[in-house]
Amino acid sequence: MNKTVNPKDLISEDNNGPLYAARKKVYPQSVNGTFRRIKWGLMAFCLGVYYFLPFVRWNRGLGAPSQAVLIDLPNSRFYFFFIELWPQEVYYFTGLLIVAAVALFLMNSIGGRIWCGYLCPQTVWTDLFYAVERLVEGDRRERMKKDKSSDPMKLERISEIVLKHSIWLLIAWWTGGAWVLYFNDAPTLVKELVTFQGPVIAYVWIGILTATTYLLAGYMREQVCTYMCPWPRIQAALTDEWALNVTYRYDRGEKRTSVKKAAELRALGQQVGDCVDCYQCVAVCPTGIDIRNGPQMECIQCGLCIDACDNVMAKIGRPKRLIGYDNDINIHRRQEGKAPIYRIVRPRTVVYSAIIAAVGGFMIYTLATRSLLDVNVLHDRNPVAVKLSDGSIRNAYTVRLLNKSGYDRVIAIDAHGPANATIHVIGIDSVTPDRPMIVIPRDSTSELRLLVTAPAENNPEKSIPVRFHVTDIGLGEVASATDNFVSP
Amino acid sequence: MTDHSEVDTVTGKSTTGHEWDGIKELNTPLPRWWVICFYLTIIWSIGYWIVYPAWPLIQSNTTGVFGYSSRADVAVELANLEKIRGDKMVALGAASLADIEKDPALLALARAKGRTVFGDNCAPCHGSGGAGAKGFPNLNDDDWLWGGTLDQIMQTIQYGARSGHAKTHEGQMLAFGKDGVLKGDEIVTVANYVRSLSGLSTRNGYDAAKGEKIFAENCVACHGDGGKGNPELGAPNLTDKIWLYGSDEASLIETISQGRAGVMPAWEGRLDLATIKAMAVYVHSLGGGK
Repeated sequence: MNKTVNPKDLISEDNNGPLYAARKKVYPQSVNGTFRRIKWGLMAFCLGVYYFLPFVRWNRGLGAPSQAVLIDLPNSRFYFFFIELWPQEVYYFTGLLIVAAVALFLMNSIGGRIWCGYLCPQTVWTDLFYAVERLVEGDRRERMKKDKSSDPMKLERISEIVLKHSIWLLIAWWTGGAWVLYFNDAPTLVKELVTFQGPVIAYVWIGILTATTYLLAGYMREQVCTYMCPWPRIQAALTDEWALNVTYRYDRGEKRTSVKKAAELRALGQQVGDCVDCYQCVAVCPTGIDIRNGPQMECIQCGLCIDACDNVMAKIGRPKRLIGYDNDINIHRRQEGKAPIYRIVRPRTVVYSAIIAAVGGFMIYTLATRSLLDVNVLHDRNPVAVKLSDGSIRNAYTVRLLNKSGYDRVIAIDAHGPANATIHVIGIDSVTPDRPMIVIPRDSTSELRLLVTAPAENNPEKSIPVRFHVTDIGLGEVASATDNFVSP
Repeated sequence: MTDHSEVDTVTGKSTTGHEWDGIKELNTPLPRWWVICFYLTIIWSIGYWIVYPAWPLIQSNTTGVFGYSSRADVAVELANLEKIRGDKMVALGAASLADIEKDPALLALARAKGRTVFGDNCAPCHGSGGAGAKGFPNLNDDDWLWGGTLDQIMQTIQYGARSGHAKTHEGQMLAFGKDGVLKGDEIVTVANYVRSLSGLSTRNGYDAAKGEKIFAENCVACHGDGGKGNPELGAPNLTDKIWLYGSDEASLIETISQGRAGVMPAWEGRLDLATIKAMAVYVHSLGGGK
């Protein structure tokens, strides 16, 4: 028992390393091919929409904003082309979020991390920033050499660095600038911003988004996906064995050897893989991983390694898609000599599609049929009922009429329930005593104080339901609300 | 004193020199940047003490060289608010009462302002919604002691009733019993007569003719022929369904015997004219206004 123990012996070899691993800088190489072209296309489309959408005009008539997509916070309105939403209709965004979430699930069950690889803003802007970096500083090897070089910097190198960061900041600034344009009339705000007369909050937001874009796309890059984003963890739980993922097909890749050696071995009729260990798939990877190690958390499935490998396979005269969208099931089937099967239509994808169709359809239906006229009624609480000098009963209500349309309306109000009731709206001299008429301007609400008076003898019950109908007398559109008519 | 000389063999770090049952702790000081920030906050706090109110004294506190106080901030905010409201209230003060009710924007302003001021000044007696109570009129109904037009309501608010103001409404219900004008049985008789005016039941064996005679001799002067009341004198209409002090026989006997003279304070001088206007419009818009 007296033996001295060296503490080092107590720590196993496997876990004595630090929990912290320093980032290894990634130098993705440029690549051409199908997926690169898809990515350029999607990048141009997404950024084009983001940067230019605020300038698209949409005629809503005089006095209404002419911006196609506008979040008008001071006036509590959201405009999207022909749709105008009021704050109380914010539940449409719930529907939109449900559709968006399930669409992500669907993408995931069909083709893995399509969102991560092609559409996520983090990927798109990082891709753009890498493109700038390549343009200014050169491709992978040059950049690595320049970064490693310990020589004192020359003017050329300094100007390169300055140029790169300037372009980055310009993109980042434009990103922040486009953001604020969604909250105000874009041409007006641009004019205000450049003449330094814009609201302070606009400059603050531009500053914030310039900083986040510059930092996230210029510095943090793949670390955002690996360490910060929850989606890779969630999507791992959503995927199944049929989902297609960017996969190294080890069934035809192994054993890896050189082109020459492979040819020799093949001539001898021996089994040999197509992978020639050229490391092109690693060189182009924006997250710096080796796809041949199998599916990994860091892989955003951007498909660039597919392009890189295809180019090499074409050169060495071997079939393409040694790396491709595939799954383990088919790798095993090929190993067993069976034909691969792909199942896009399966319960999971059908259910996801059905949910998208149902929620989307419901939203479109409700949007198309939603009423542009609405009424809310609030009964006076103190006093609940008033006895008048002739003994009749009067109840007072606060009525809010909502005109969500783009035109002024003339509204008639009826109350159904108490017998022989008359209606009076404070401030309105009505020609028809039981049917007052009110004008509500376009895109606004009117709060009215409405009095319903009825003889006591005709309404002996303590409480009678009363239904208020508001009718647009021009268009015949009707909205209604119910409350109670109470006796003292 | 801590001894940092001992170095842990596994990590190569020094220990804190403490030992608890054989367990030693590595010396892991706070990061330098953190410590510097901490010292900076201390230096900052000293500056804060000097320029802002900070230390409590026995009666007050140090005020700081900036002379800042959050109360002064509130005063400035309130002054700004008053300025914003002032412009709107000027429009309200300039418009006639009838015009205010016709203009939706002015009506909304008057009702909003009126509701607030009513809550602050009138609700203790009339209730927060103007529902009233015994002796304090319900302002939602259509029965008005001193008249229910906009101008009459405004006049009542401005000068009050029996308030002592030079222009106040005068007139009161006399104490016919207490002052010995009517005897006990006469009071009972006339109380039953008054009940009959609005169709309420009367006591068995009550002499209607005698009641009418007593009423004609004593009450008609103010309440008018047939008891229809007179808003000039604040004499209520005795033929309707609304009773400020109750319509049962006991209440009526008490009213006739002891008299009634409720007081409504004059608000002129306490509230400015535009505010009184707003309140008149608000009370009128409660629904009972004529």
